Amino acid sequence: MKTLMLGNEAVARGAYEAGVTVATAYPGTPSTEITENIAKYDEIYCEWSPNEKVALEVALGASIAGARSICSMKHVGLNVAADPLFTASYTGINGGLVVVVGDDSGMHSSQNEQDSRFYARASNVPMLEPSDSKECKEFIIKAFEISEKYDSPVLVRLSTRISHSRSIVDKGERRDYKLKKYKKDLNKYVMLPAMARKRHVEVEKRMVQLREYSNSIKINKVEWGSKDIGVVTSGIAYQYAREAFGDVSYLKLGMVYPLPEKLIRDFAKKVGKLYIVEELEPFLEDYIRSFGVHAIGKELFPVLGELSASIIMEKVFNIKTGTNKSINVEVPVRPPVMCPGCPHRGVFYILKKLKLTVSGDIGCYTLGALPPNESIDTCICMGASVSVVHGMGKARGRKFGKKTVGIVGDSTFIHSGITGLIDIAYNKGNATIIILDNSITAMTGHQHNPATGYTIKNEPTRQVDLVKLANAVGIDRVRIVDPFDLKELEKVVKEETFADAPSVIIARRPCAMLKHDSFAGPMRINLDKCKKNKLCLSLGCPAITDMGGYLEINEAICVGCGLCTKVCYADAIEKADGTNE
Amino acid sequence: MELMNKFNILIVGVGGQGILLASRVIGNVALRKNYDVKVSEVHGMSQRGGSVVAYVKMGQKVCSPLVEKGEADVILAFEQLEALRWLEYLKNGGKIIINEQKINPMPVIIGKAKYPDRIINRIKKTYSNVVSANALQIARESGSIKAVNLVLLGILAKSISIEKELWLDTIKETVPQKFLEVNIKAFEAGYSIRQNEFGNKFPAGQM
Repeated sequence: MKTLMLGNEAVARGAYEAGVTVATAYPGTPSTEITENIAKYDEIYCEWSPNEKVALEVALGASIAGARSICSMKHVGLNVAADPLFTASYTGINGGLVVVVGDDSGMHSSQNEQDSRFYARASNVPMLEPSDSKECKEFIIKAFEISEKYDSPVLVRLSTRISHSRSIVDKGERRDYKLKKYKKDLNKYVMLPAMARKRHVEVEKRMVQLREYSNSIKINKVEWGSKDIGVVTSGIAYQYAREAFGDVSYLKLGMVYPLPEKLIRDFAKKVGKLYIVEELEPFLEDYIRSFGVHAIGKELFPVLGELSASIIMEKVFNIKTGTNKSINVEVPVRPPVMCPGCPHRGVFYILKKLKLTVSGDIGCYTLGALPPNESIDTCICMGASVSVVHGMGKARGRKFGKKTVGIVGDSTFIHSGITGLIDIAYNKGNATIIILDNSITAMTGHQHNPATGYTIKNEPTRQVDLVKLANAVGIDRVRIVDPFDLKELEKVVKEETFADAPSVIIARRPCAMLKHDSFAGPMRINLDKCKKNKLCLSLGCPAITDMGGYLEINEAICVGCGLCTKVCYADAIEKADGTNE
Repeated sequence: MELMNKFNILIVGVGGQGILLASRVIGNVALRKNYDVKVSEVHGMSQRGGSVVAYVKMGQKVCSPLVEKGEADVILAFEQLEALRWLEYLKNGGKIIINEQKINPMPVIIGKAKYPDRIINRIKKTYSNVVSANALQIARESGSIKAVNLVLLGILAKSISIEKELWLDTIKETVPQKFLEVNIKAFEAGYSIRQNEFGNKFPAGQM
């Protein structure tokens, strides 16, 4: 049956059809929907792990135990999972193991745009790269075959436009995959130096075989057209190249590591001008040039951001696209904002008021760095808020430390903030960490995590007790506060930053988009009472606007959280339907 | 209707307006018509009230999932300012459908920028094929302000030569059962809006 599927959904379908029984992940754009979709199949055990390292280790354990398993993450998640990846390359697998990584070229929702293909090379793990949803499904199935044939984990690289584009997929049947026999094998699975040295030899042998295989694997294919121009490409770049170059010849690489030297040489010989079209780094190009084939690549195409057909058209053929009509008016930018009713808004209002230096983290709350809140100083990677604020305090001393806090979301704290907190307690830090506990992993589209008390399949489970957890690692000062109780929040933040002891403040209020937390309905501004001091505007709520002369609440988007009523001294904000609270 | 070579729709608006659902409905309608189709969406951070764009491309064979400048046969704008922002993506002679709703971006909210005035008038002066409607009000009258996307889909459906039944069937398949009635009502309301057509139903000729 033909279905329109997201690339991520097709990956999930591929895993299902390949007979996978264990799937793990930590949510991260653009990879999240892979595991959300796998969770819909009853035949597959599926989990949100606390972070990508754990996720990969669980999947590897399942593989060693004999199951086909799949683990998915975004590009920066692979940094976290790099440790098990590099050694899983040595141990190899028992049941097939596929690691899916979603690169975010253009940084739609990421802190960098690293190119994951380098991980394949660095860890000696083969990597496939599909170019649409149909291939997403087929390549996942192929990846399991390669994994088992060559005793290796296999990486599958996606990118935002593959993950988040829908295209047509044919559904197939699920194959019945029987668990492989489990056999204790110290030489294969216990990586003590003596065993690991022998395994490294096996890895090198495997790579020689895979290199040979790359010349004949069907997903590396030549599509002949005019031979004046030849294009070597892969993944989403193939689609852009197809559109821009039209009827020329293509060497489309479905396997991007290891690369097929013979196939590339043969192709290069048969075409006139050779172009290499790839997004981000010159990964194919460096390899192709290493054996002396001349090709045009990154001297023409950008290494920054996403590629597109129009960029190729412009660079290769000097053709610019676009209309000639225009309306001469300045269009204000529309950056993302925290939603109306967002619980984080109260925290940022207080942090700005107290003029604190704020070590930030990864999540919706990173938006607190933008105007008008502008109350975040740093954002590096998952969990870094906790450790960075500790480093700041150690470098600049207690006086500076009293004007700093680290802020981290509940899911991010579990992911890798907890280790930083242990560091603070252990190494006698005094930092104050505010855990923005909105009871969900919000930015990636509301996934459960160990602090919510529910699994990926919405089953109730044990819930991490953040207070006890902080106590257990040595933080005695732990306070819980409602971020919409601004007076209390301000008092607590002042007390904890001033205390000569490390502390945790849990700012607890559910994400405004969670259905079970509904507000009373929109508010309005009573213009007779409004003194126009614009304190409500400093909240950065998208529902309140300065209309130039007066202030107005947009009733279509106001949810009625009432935070603005708490900053308005004039008592001018009331419920839009005229009823009192 | 002949199989079209290529037909590109750009859907623009503000995160949270229901753009993903709209793009999925159009994509599935194209699939039912046996076209090759690609729908490209935006997830993650920009969904939080930022400027959002979705691309729907259909035809005999679709390669790149992106609609680029000068390539859109139709721009379906869920918000005035976003219509303005993406205008240069319109193909010469392409059609713009604009929801009259205004949502102020943060720079405007805090007084750092001005929301341009008379946007729709200006667009109508420069472009010939423009339809505008107060989709928010129509959605409200249909039973839910959340059905803005279905009102706009109705307007779009009217201007593309694909059978109305196909749209309705697809909507029934895509929208959750409990919101179906309101959504169908909203779609019908959008569909019945009188459009000042430029020649034939859009797109003329190419289909």
